[in-house]
Formats: sequence, structure tokens, C-alpha cells
Amino acid sequence: MSDGPILSARDVSIAFGAVRAVDGVSLDLWPGEVLAVVGESGSGKSTLLRLLAGEARPDAGTVLYRDPSGATLDVHGMGEPARRRLARTEWGFVHQDPRDGLRLAVSAGGNVGERLMASGARHYGDIRTEAARWLERVEIPAARIDDAPRLFSGGMRQRLQIARTLVTRPRLVFMDEPTGGLDVSVQARLLDMIRALVADLGIAVILVTHDIAAARLLAHRLVVMRHGRVVEEGLTDRVLDDPRHPYTQLLVSSVLAA
Amino acid sequence: MSWTLKAEGLAKGFTLHLQGSIEIPVLRDAALEVSPGECVALSGPSGAGKSTLMRLLQGNYGADSGCILLRRPDGSVADLAGASPREVIALRRDTIGHVSQFLRVIPRVPAVEIVAEPLVARGISREEARARASALLHRLNLPERLHALPPATFSGGEQQRVNLARGFVADFPLMLLDEPTASLDAANRDVVIALIGEAKARGAALVGIFHDAEVRDRVADRVLEVAPLREAA
Ligand SMILES: Nc1ncnc2c1ncn2[C@@H]1O[C@H](COP(=O)(O)OP(=O)(O)O)[C@@H](O)[C@H]1O
Ligand SMILES: Nc1ncnc2c1ncn2[C@@H]1O[C@H](COP(=O)(O)OP(=O)(O)O)[C@@H](O)[C@H]1O
Ligand SMILES: [Mg+2]
Ligand SMILES: [Mg+2]
Repeated sequence: MSDGPILSARDVSIAFGAVRAVDGVSLDLWPGEVLAVVGESGSGKSTLLRLLAGEARPDAGTVLYRDPSGATLDVHGMGEPARRRLARTEWGFVHQDPRDGLRLAVSAGGNVGERLMASGARHYGDIRTEAARWLERVEIPAARIDDAPRLFSGGMRQRLQIARTLVTRPRLVFMDEPTGGLDVSVQARLLDMIRALVADLGIAVILVTHDIAAARLLAHRLVVMRHGRVVEEGLTDRVLDDPRHPYTQLLVSSVLAA
Repeated sequence: MSWTLKAEGLAKGFTLHLQGSIEIPVLRDAALEVSPGECVALSGPSGAGKSTLMRLLQGNYGADSGCILLRRPDGSVADLAGASPREVIALRRDTIGHVSQFLRVIPRVPAVEIVAEPLVARGISREEARARASALLHRLNLPERLHALPPATFSGGEQQRVNLARGFVADFPLMLLDEPTASLDAANRDVVIALIGEAKARGAALVGIFHDAEVRDRVADRVLEVAPLREAA
């Protein structure tokens, strides 16, 4: 397998009316690398993530994905069935609101098992065992395997969404503010869990967050967005400790001891 | 033998955009060469730029100009000043060891894991890495019962010893030490002096900022004066 980025975006843009939500963004993501996209609310982070994951089409620009065989696939040219197949198997998407990534009426075990089945697993016993193993891994008590996430706390739902996403061992995961809606006390536990899982599994991650401390903890590399554009990028601690762009300096200075 | 670190023509300043874009020049045409087995102490008044130089050598600050050549364990040479983020990460894994003034704690991660991490990153098994980490923490007199706890609640001296163990657990060709003994008692200071001596004996190049003149005199082969570029405002 040749060494190269797992995902490459070139000059990706989209406008909503007069709003240039994403304006000429290029970036590369390498296997096993965590790239954080930071910036204030409305800077275009979520829109960029959706364009990278193929969930929305850009007005201009390309997004290329390199599959395990080394073949390069055009995310917006491969057709919806092929993209959906990728989204079920080699990719994962963690939504800010776990309700967007879970089926609330289906049991916790079912939520995890469902994704396994969608990626081709068939044996019921294996699926249940694997689901139980993953619930344990995200610190959800085994006794709750048959409970529906409707009954779970916000933090527990988010952990379930993580288990559902990672159970197929994706190579590439898109995360949109995974700790966004949670209490601060719950955030630390979830962040630490994501950090450990991502490192253990060697997953490449694009993490959208406005939480500088989360980016510092999880990301190898940082992209700072403002008004749809990348204003600064680089090694995470370099960008945060030696910020060059006025906007990055503002962002960093408004955080206490990130 | 030839140098491990050779920095030339280094310049670094800061532009504070939020304070009327004032410019703070800190380093101009700084140079430093360190051989295997040698320890160079940075000296100069507070605010002169010692920590800034240290951070440049670690890739934490970006140089405005100049080069920072490093010899990797395989003998090849890299220029840290022009390295991509991925190259910097690889250099920090294999070449540059670092003990900062303060430990950056990671929530929920036990002290022994924080210390073992540089070994795990190099592919050493978790068991062996933990054993080596624990042995070093013992040597720095950190009580066994603390090894399994996250250092967030540790005292300053205890955190500093975790930090030291993390820096010394793996054999880096270059070691950067920013006031490594600042919050230690005499016994632990002696352990650090011994660790520095062992690192020199195995051929590491070291650059340090030592507040403690006694420590500096015992470990440093040479002192490099970092002079302030302008009068303190
Ligand atoms: N589907 C849409 N229709 C119209 N405007 C949109 C749509 N999605 C996003 N926007 C606009 O694009 C800009 C960027 O939004 P978003 O990507 O959600 O930012 P962020 O995630 O950084 O908070 C905002 O001005 C937002 O209102
Ligand atoms: N990230 C930074 N942003 C702005 N100014 C900085 C930064 N880091 C250091 N400086 C400034 O650089 C100068 C040198 O600081 P430093 O390197 O910490 O000196 P020393 O370690 O010799 O006491 C000081 O004026 C300090 O305020
Ligand atoms: Mg958003
Ligand atoms: Mg200093």
C-alpha cells in the first residue's frame, strides 16, 4: 500500500445564497491522523465536514478518498450507492446530536449490532457478543444492552453513538462537535474515551469542534476556519501556543489555559 | 563525532494583533551546536528568550528564519524549522525528548501511562513500557500508590517528577530540559543530576535551562548566553 493521504480535498466551495459557507478549502488527512477543524459558530465547520463526507455536494472542488487497496475514489463522483456503502463500512460519522446517529426506539445492543449487520455480519450470537463488548468499552453497563437509548442520559447516548460508529472498525471517522451538547463534567470522560479509542484503533479522524481544549487533547493537526476559509493550519500545539493570524490569536486568547 | 543539533541564523518574534499589532523581537541570528554527550546550559536574564529558544528546538514555536538541523537515530538529518507537522511528530517520537516546566495532565490517564507513552509510541509493548515507567517513577521517589492515579491532583513536585520520568524514559538523541529541578527537593535533584549524567554517558545531546546554579555547574559542559534584544519595556 502506497503512503499517501486517506482523504484529500482541493478548493472545495459551497455558497448558500450570498453566504459563502465554505470558500476554497483544501486539506489532506493522513492514515491514523486526527485533524481538528476549529473556529467560531457559523464559520463553516459543519458544512465542510458534510462536503468531505459526501453528504452534501460542493459547488466547486474535489474530495478524493484512498481506499485500503490504494485506489483513489472521487467522493462526489462515485455515486450515492457506493458512497453509502463506504459510510456503512470504512467510514463513520459521529453527529453532535446522538439522535441523528442512533435509532432511539431500538435497543442499545440493536443499535450497535445493526451497523455490524449493515457491514455484512450475519451470525446473531457473534453480533450480540460483539455489541456487548463494545458497550463495555464505552462504559455502558452490560445490563442495559436491551434498553432503548430513549432512556439514556445525553452522555450515555453519545457513548452509544461512538460504539455504533466504531464497531465496524472504520478507517476514517467524521465527528461534528461530539461533546457539544454535554455537561462539562461529562465531556472530559467522553473526550478521554475518544482519545484512547482513536489511538488504539489507529483511526483517521476529522474532528469539528469549537472547543480548543478538546482539539488540543485529541488532534495532531489543526485547521482554523473563519468565514468559510482556512486562516491558519499546522501542528496543534504550534498553532495554539504560537498563533500567527489575528483570528487565531483571538480564538486562543478567549480560552482559559487550553 | 559530529553534532546532534545544529541551529543557525534563528530569528523569532511575536506580533500581538490584539494589542495594536505590536512587534516583540526575541531572537535574532541565534546559533547553537550540541554534540553527543554534551550538555549546554542556556543562561540570561528573565525574558531574554531562553524558553522561546527551547520551544523553537522542540517545534512548539515556529522560527521566522534560520534552520534547526537534527541528526536522527539512523544518522539522517532533518531540518525542524522547515518540517511538516507529521515530520515534527515523528522527530518528537524518535529524536527530541522534552521536559517542560509544567506537566500538561490528560484527564483520567494514570501517571504510569503518561510516562510509558513515549515507549508505546515507538512500538514497545504496553507491559514492558509500564514496567520501565514504573521503575523510573520509583527511582524519582514517587510512591507506588500514586502510579495508578491521574496526576491532576498531585503536588507541583510530584507532577514535575512525572514529567521528568516521561522525558527520560526513552533514549532520545536530543533532550531539552526547561528548569527540570525547579520544584524538587535535594534528594530528587540528585536523581535528576544522575539521570542527566547517564544520558550524557549514552551519547545524548542536552540543552537545559537551570535556575539552580549548583545543578547547572554539575551537569553543564558549556553555557550559552541568551541576550535580550532590547531593554525590557
Ligand atoms: N443548508 C443551509 N442553508 C442555508 N445556509 C446554511 C445551510 N447550512 C449552513 N448554512 C450557513 O452556512 C454558514 C456556516 O454554517 P455551519 O457550517 O453550520 O457553521 P459551523 O458548523 O462552523 O457553526 C452559516 O452562515 C450557516 O447559516
Ligand atoms: N507565545 C508568545 N506570544 C507572545 N510573546 C511571547 C510568547 N512566548 C514568549 N514571548 C515573549 O518572548 C520574550 C521572551 O520570553 P521567554 O522566552 O519566556 O524568556 P525567558 O525564558 O528567557 O525568561 C518575552 O518578552 C515573552 O513575553
Ligand atoms: Mg456546526
Ligand atoms: Mg523561561
